[in-house]
Amino acid sequence: MTPTDMVLVRPGVYHDSVALMRVSRSMRELPGVEVAVVAMATELNLALARDLGFRLPAAGPGDLLVALRGGDLEGAAAELDRRLALLSGARGREAGEQSPLTTRSAARRPADLVLVSVPGEHAFAEALDAVLAGLDVMVFSDGVPVGQEVLLKRLAEQRGVLVMGPDCGTAVIAGVGLGFANVLRPGPVGVVAASGTGAQQVTSLLDLAGIGTSHVLGVGGRDLSAEVGGLSTLRALRMLDDDPATELIVLVSKPPDPAVAGAVREVVAGLSTPVVTAFAGERDLTAAAEEALRALGRPVPAWPCWPARPGPEHPDGPQGRPVGPPRAGREESRGRRGGRLLGVYSGGTLCAEARLIVGRGEFTDYGDDAYTRGRAHPMIDPTLRLEALSRAEPGDVVLLDVVLGHGADPDPAAALAPALAGCPATVVVALVGTEDDPQGLHRQAQALARAGAAVFASNAQAARYAKDLP
Amino acid sequence: MTLLSGPPRVITAGAGLLRESLAAQAVATTPVDWRPPLPGTGRALARVLADPRLPAANARAVARLTSARPVLAAVRRASEVLDLGRMTFLHAGPPITWERASGPLRGALIGAMLLEGYAHDEREAEDRLAAGEVRLEPCHHRGAVGPMAGVIGPSMWMFEVRDAEHGGVAYCSLNEGLGKVLRYGAYGPEVLERLAWMDRVLGPVLSAAVELAGPVDLRGMIAQALQMGDELHNRNRAATSLLLRELAPAVVDASPRDAAEVLRFVGGNDHFFLNAGMAACKVATDAARGVPGSSMVVAMARNGTDFGVQVSGLGDRWFTGPAGVPDGLYLGAYGPADANPDIGDSTITETSGLGGFAMAAAPAIVRFVGGEVADAVAATRAMYEITLSEHPAYQIPGLGFRGTPVGIDLTLVARTGLLPVVNTGIAGRVAGTGQVGAGLVEPPLEAFTAALLALAESANDPLY
Repeated sequence: MTPTDMVLVRPGVYHDSVALMRVSRSMRELPGVEVAVVAMATELNLALARDLGFRLPAAGPGDLLVALRGGDLEGAAAELDRRLALLSGARGREAGEQSPLTTRSAARRPADLVLVSVPGEHAFAEALDAVLAGLDVMVFSDGVPVGQEVLLKRLAEQRGVLVMGPDCGTAVIAGVGLGFANVLRPGPVGVVAASGTGAQQVTSLLDLAGIGTSHVLGVGGRDLSAEVGGLSTLRALRMLDDDPATELIVLVSKPPDPAVAGAVREVVAGLSTPVVTAFAGERDLTAAAEEALRALGRPVPAWPCWPARPGPEHPDGPQGRPVGPPRAGREESRGRRGGRLLGVYSGGTLCAEARLIVGRGEFTDYGDDAYTRGRAHPMIDPTLRLEALSRAEPGDVVLLDVVLGHGADPDPAAALAPALAGCPATVVVALVGTEDDPQGLHRQAQALARAGAAVFASNAQAARYAKDLP
Repeated sequence: MTLLSGPPRVITAGAGLLRESLAAQAVATTPVDWRPPLPGTGRALARVLADPRLPAANARAVARLTSARPVLAAVRRASEVLDLGRMTFLHAGPPITWERASGPLRGALIGAMLLEGYAHDEREAEDRLAAGEVRLEPCHHRGAVGPMAGVIGPSMWMFEVRDAEHGGVAYCSLNEGLGKVLRYGAYGPEVLERLAWMDRVLGPVLSAAVELAGPVDLRGMIAQALQMGDELHNRNRAATSLLLRELAPAVVDASPRDAAEVLRFVGGNDHFFLNAGMAACKVATDAARGVPGSSMVVAMARNGTDFGVQVSGLGDRWFTGPAGVPDGLYLGAYGPADANPDIGDSTITETSGLGGFAMAAAPAIVRFVGGEVADAVAATRAMYEITLSEHPAYQIPGLGFRGTPVGIDLTLVARTGLLPVVNTGIAGRVAGTGQVGAGLVEPPLEAFTAALLALAESANDPLY
């Protein structure tokens, strides 16, 4: 049967981009469907559909675009309607009940926190509603103008609430993971983080060392800039200082603006809770986790790696001496040495840390705004990184991170393992997560190691291992 | 209780995946059914929302609207109170010329020319109107409102409604009844005869009666009528009965000779209260005008051609779009082809949280919103999404005595894409026809987006 095109525009029908990408992907798995684009009709998505050869009617970002190519499109369209209806049903609308259409409206009901993940250009309104309603807010959205961030945080100061973000990917409040968050045992360490993956690395390592976390308060990557002035960082530090469950505070950030650093030091000096700082470039995240352990009087363990080293474990890793799994015994098949070193990352801070340690090679942060516009974060959607892996050549070393936890891909090894097995390069993985994460640290590690990768729980150790490969 | 005291209850706006992940952790979530704002409003929204005056300005505007205490103070001739010179008529909606006027407005103007003695016949009236000899001005510019065509001439009797809280005053004409009436553009002999009787008998008697009875508390009356099944725009049966009960003794005292005729006329017109209610709404919304920075709508009005809105923070400027044709039920053999685009100042009721906004209070007329009581409830519930407050006195028994949604906020209209629900009568499109039906009408989006863009222009930038 010759494939045909079907293009539909549903005016005013809205679903979030992640949900629609899942639907698009599941539609492509239907028999008879070759191409399926189910997306909001933004400029970007329209261009994407046009590139695929679809002829499109006029449509705007408030309309749902459906473009299908294949044999049995009538059946596919009916199935699509069924799946979209399920999405609407999942919003919890009951007959006669009006779902709140804004955060302002939702805040009529009892709540403690607002989690905003709408497209960044529209996030301000929702976050402002939260602040004006006296609610703490986490802005997961990226692409929020810095002026709006400053305004939100100034208002939050007046109203006594915390603004986490914008571009805050991770928070843990009393054991509840928000955004990308690991399942951490409860414990004495509170984290203030201008970097989500940085916080995930530190808390996951602490968890592996048996030390739990009280809370992780994200503040957004720009909070410690001169423009924003560290407003959320200072508030978060005071909140953790007042929190009876927190005995030690870890502050994870890029190096702050000098003036802001002064303000932070001043506040830290006045706290009754000790603070360990992990400013990228000054100290790697693994070293910060080790510093926290020492501050708590706890031993620093050998951070796990896979395949496990033969013989008894020695706690010889932390000082930067080469550690790592035995060579995978596939060098011959990997071909010549001396190829490129490629960093293929999903976490910005992890990427920057590895780049600094390795000191050469091509590093790409696929979690950067430039790669996430119009598609899901690489922690959810592996497509771009799988493509990067497929471009690796014999002799290359590929260093990549896999971040587990709530919000992340439910089984990243399932997609990565076949790609690793077919990859002619040597692959080193920094695996950030805990045993209690839905994906399971060991299960993922073993699957990746079986596929031929050298896997480390510490990103810094993974980077050193990759650097030292012949 | 601080954020860190225990697992938080979370409102989620955005990606369903993040909410699902919270649900998987057994966290209580309230999902926002978020959708992108109206096309072309994103930047304006951000500017208006960032204006530091906005929250307090809107709180003040809606507090003034809901705290107004309208009382029926008098019934007086327009010439005494509205400063109407010779050859000047007021009309419903935003400003309009004879050339752009629709059938019903033209018909009402012709009728008013004849009534005021400015023309001897229909042809002369039309000629003089077309020649521009008559000055046309919106009712809203003189502190007045008029239902449907809303034409007010100097001789007409007006309800005078005062705001006992803020001291404002507003006017509305007396209601003629349904069918062939001036306000729907009819001007045949029976229309003019009725108007002459109102001029000679009804006006003077009511004027004397209100003077005898003293100020009538319209806020209390509207609150009661809502609990008796009126929404105060398309259903005024309870309110009319309440007003009749209040005034009847004074009508008898004022004029034993004409009392029966006057009471029969008022009692025979289920919409008699509408005009007093409109003036009550007008005086309340006027109290909320002129709050700098406020994005609250203080008037919605139609002239049969354009639908216009005015906003508290934007002075007396009108923002307009084409008036839509109502969707509804038709009298007799009339159908949609006979309908004129939307007309009248009666949307002042929706602006004040009544009418379409209070549909859930009026199950008896749910036919107008699609037939089911659930539709009426859904219409009211939806309006809470675009309003700033809930009226403290106007309550809906079926919603657990929740206050009606009141204070339309431009920013919420743009964010939700929800337009105000408007109940309305339907006028025949041909001058002289009169009423052909009643139903629901959708206001034009562009009136609201244009107002929002203008408000963004005048917004204070907090960062500079």
